[in-house]
This record gives sequence, C-alpha cells and structure tokens, in this order.
Amino acid sequence: MLRVENLSVSYGAIRALHDVSFEVPQGHIVTLIGSNGAGKSTTLRTISGLIKSTGGQISYDGAAIKGLPAHEIVSRGLCHVPEGRMVFANLTVRENLMMGAYLQRDAALINKERDYVFSVFPRLSEREKQLAGTLSGGEQQMLAIGRALMGRPRFLMLDEPSLGIAPLLVKAIFQQIVEINRERGITILLVEQNANLALEIATFGYVLETGRVILQDQAAALRSDPKVRSAYLGG
Amino acid sequence: MSELLQQLINGLALGAIYALIALGYTMVYGVLRFINFAHSDVFMIGAFAGYFLARVVPGGSIGAGIVILIGAMAVCALLGVVIEKLAYRPLRGRSTLTVLITAIGVSLLLQNVGQRIFGANPRSFPSIFPVHQFHFGGIVLSSTQILVFVVTLVLLFLLRYIVLHTRIGTAMRALSFNPTAASLVGINNDRVISFTFALGSALAAAGGILYASNYPSIDPLMGTLPGMKAFVAAVLGGIGNIAGAAVGGLVLGMVETTVVGFGGSTYRDAVAFAVLILILLLRPEGLLGKRTAEKV
Repeated sequence: MLRVENLSVSYGAIRALHDVSFEVPQGHIVTLIGSNGAGKSTTLRTISGLIKSTGGQISYDGAAIKGLPAHEIVSRGLCHVPEGRMVFANLTVRENLMMGAYLQRDAALINKERDYVFSVFPRLSEREKQLAGTLSGGEQQMLAIGRALMGRPRFLMLDEPSLGIAPLLVKAIFQQIVEINRERGITILLVEQNANLALEIATFGYVLETGRVILQDQAAALRSDPKVRSAYLGG
Repeated sequence: MSELLQQLINGLALGAIYALIALGYTMVYGVLRFINFAHSDVFMIGAFAGYFLARVVPGGSIGAGIVILIGAMAVCALLGVVIEKLAYRPLRGRSTLTVLITAIGVSLLLQNVGQRIFGANPRSFPSIFPVHQFHFGGIVLSSTQILVFVVTLVLLFLLRYIVLHTRIGTAMRALSFNPTAASLVGINNDRVISFTFALGSALAAAGGILYASNYPSIDPLMGTLPGMKAFVAAVLGGIGNIAGAAVGGLVLGMVETTVVGFGGSTYRDAVAFAVLILILLLRPEGLLGKRTAEKV
C-alpha cells in the first residue's frame, strides 16, 4: 500500500536519510525501529509532506505522492500522528476531534466517527469539554490518535506513541492500536524507540541506523536476532 | 459628572475604532507571528472605498450607509487577500524580520500609490449615515457615535461567533497554536491565512468608514496615526489575543480622551505611546495575554 524507494533527505549539508527503501502491505502493522537520531521521524515527516526529500520515490495506493502538500496527502487517507502528539492545547478535546475531521463534510459521519473514537478511548469522552492542554501525556496521545481517526484514514503513521507516557497507559494504547488495525483494517506504520513493544504487535520490521535501513525481517525473527537483541532490546 | 460621562462616551467611540483596527493586527499576528504594518493603510483604503462608493450609492439613509459599509469591507477583504498572496506568501518560512520589512514596504507602497491616485490633499468625507445629535441632560451623543457603538458591537459578536463556533474559525485557532499539526489534520494553512487577512482587512475598512464619519477628512496618509495607536492597543491587550485587542482599543481610547478632557490635548498622541512603553516595561504579555487560553 505504501512503497518507499531510495528516499534521501538532507538538512542543509547533513544527510539525514540515505536511500531508505521499505514497504507496508495493506492491512499490516509495520514498524521502523532504531535509536535516537536514526532518521525514523524524518522518514515519517517526509512521507506526510512536511519535509522535502532530495531523492527517491514514495508511492501510496499506486500513486506518487512525493512533493504533495501535507493537507493533500491527508485527504488521500494517509494520516500522520506526529511525535510529541501536537494536540491543539488551546482547543477543547471536542474541538480537537472536530479538527481531525476537517476534511469531512458529512455531519452524521463525523458523529459516528466520534462515537467510535470515544468507544476506543472512553477517557476522551469524559474530558470532552476540557482544553487539550490540561490532559495528561497519555490522554493527549489518545487524543492525537483519536483526532487522526476522525479523518477516516486508511493508513496511519504513528510516531513514538509510547514516548513520555506512564507504562500502564502505554499498554492500553498499544492494545488499542492493534484493535484499530484489526477492526478497521487500517494499515499502520509504527515508529518506536521501544523496540520490544513495537515488534510485539508488528508483522514486519525495519531497523534504521544513521539514516540507513540496516536490517529487515519478520517481526518475530527480528526479536530473536542477536544483533537486534543486544542493540535495541536490552540484551 | 456629566463632563466625565461625556469624556467616557467620546473615549469609547474612539476606542471602538481602535479596537476594530487592532483586531486585524492581532489576528494576523496569531497566524503568522508578524506585525502587518500595511494594515493601517488598508484602513485608509477602506475610508476611500467608502468615499467613492458614496458617489454611486448616495448616502444619508441607514440602508445606503450599510450598503456602503459592506461594500468597503468587501473591497478591503479582497485587498488584504491580494497583499498576503503577493507580498507575504512568497516569504513563508523566511525570518520574521524579512516579512516585517516587506510589510513596511507594502505600507509605503499603498500610501504613495494612494497619493498618486487620490492626490495628497485631504477630501471631506460625505455623511453616509443620517446625522443627528441627541441631548441627555448635559451630555451630547451624536448619531455617529451611536453608529460606532452599534457597528463595532455587531462586528465583534460576529467575529466572536466565527472564531469560536465555525469550522474555519476553529482552524484559525488550531493553526495559530501549531501550523504543522494543522496541516497534518488536512487544514490548508494558506487558505486559512487568506481568510484571516480578509477578516482583519474587512474590520479595518469598517474602522476606516467609522473614523471618517467621526473626523470627516480623509487623505492617503490618514492611516498612520490611528494604525499606530491600534497597534499599541493590540499590544496593550496582549498581541495575538482577540478579546485583548478589543479591550486594549477601548482602554486606549478612554485614556486618550481623558487626557484631552483634562486639558492635555497637545499630549494626546504622546499618551498612547507612553502607554506602549509602560505596558512593555510592566506587563509585556499585555492585559489579557497568557491568562486566557484562547489565542488566534
């Protein structure tokens, strides 16, 4: 469904990505793991149109999407939940969700989608009228994912959903990610520093190091790979 | 007592006009984080648009006045969108200083093109709305002042509704908080920015017409001083804060007329800038800055 070929990105003179290639088949959860600064977020930001690439191809649903503005890419059903969550702290939870449905015009459909988001994350419905800035980190992550779901995406890119969140909530959020993938058939590209967690729910994984893909395999195989274990899974 | 009340009324009428102009500064600051110095000249164009429209639609009745007012607002909304598209959009992502200097350039351009086309001599502004004077005891209330209050109130409520309760208004607030996140939910940031300029410029046009109705002489440089004061009002209320701009405008207008009322009319302009210096020293975030979460 998503195919990235030889993607290269530079920040000024610094190459952030070198010929990165990977593929995400429809209906799967695929993960990009790697340490801080490996280029994981850069990869997602390039796919969603926030960063211009210097070379390579990105095709989504059979169409080239490289170079399209970010809002256009969202309109094709490819939605990016950015690192650090980026909820609109000055808007209420409800308004944040409405903004997630910015491109949807059908009020009945928007309501249906909101009900679905509330069923996935009941905490959000309790906090509906609160400003998003007053939510805890975990709740903000739920809101960020919920906001993305409001746009009825077919493909979701999640950047570090576990970052800075209480372990108990991380577990709940990852369970919901699996649910969303199974129930809704939404394809997921997951970027995580917490490789253990990511490889547990993914079917396939790519390991990024200093802007290059150095390993790729079935998630289960990566988990038992001694190199991956020592470098990313804490031995 | 009636003296004081009279000053209060005069101050509110002047302040309401500052508020209308200040809203444009503050909204543009909210979405683009720069001061659009050309805004005061859009205010001037608004007054001239009213002047020329009054030749086509003879004023003097409330209906004709409203038609002229809305017409001038439409002209300026369009002008604001064009300015943004031609002058500021190509500079997106550049440093704020670059955009700021460009804004000054656009301001000078509008003033000089204005002088070329309209001539530098002041013209007297026609009475586009009916003119009456009402006496209540010792207090004089002119119909123009009533007009200022009514138009400002209606526009403020309209703006409040747009910003708080419509899809595009919510998008303005979202964009102002985080443009990256806004584009990731599918908001076309450029379109929201255009809308913001249209809205702010339309309010400036209304301010221009009301100002010219109150002080019926217009010229291409007329925007400079009220524009500067409205900028002070926006900073006073907390730049980027919509309610702040309205409050700042009213406060500044009242301070100014109070100074005049106590016989200091020579210092009326100096007072506005003294207020700017004081607020920057004592409370740089402005009267309503930071305390309210609603920023645009």
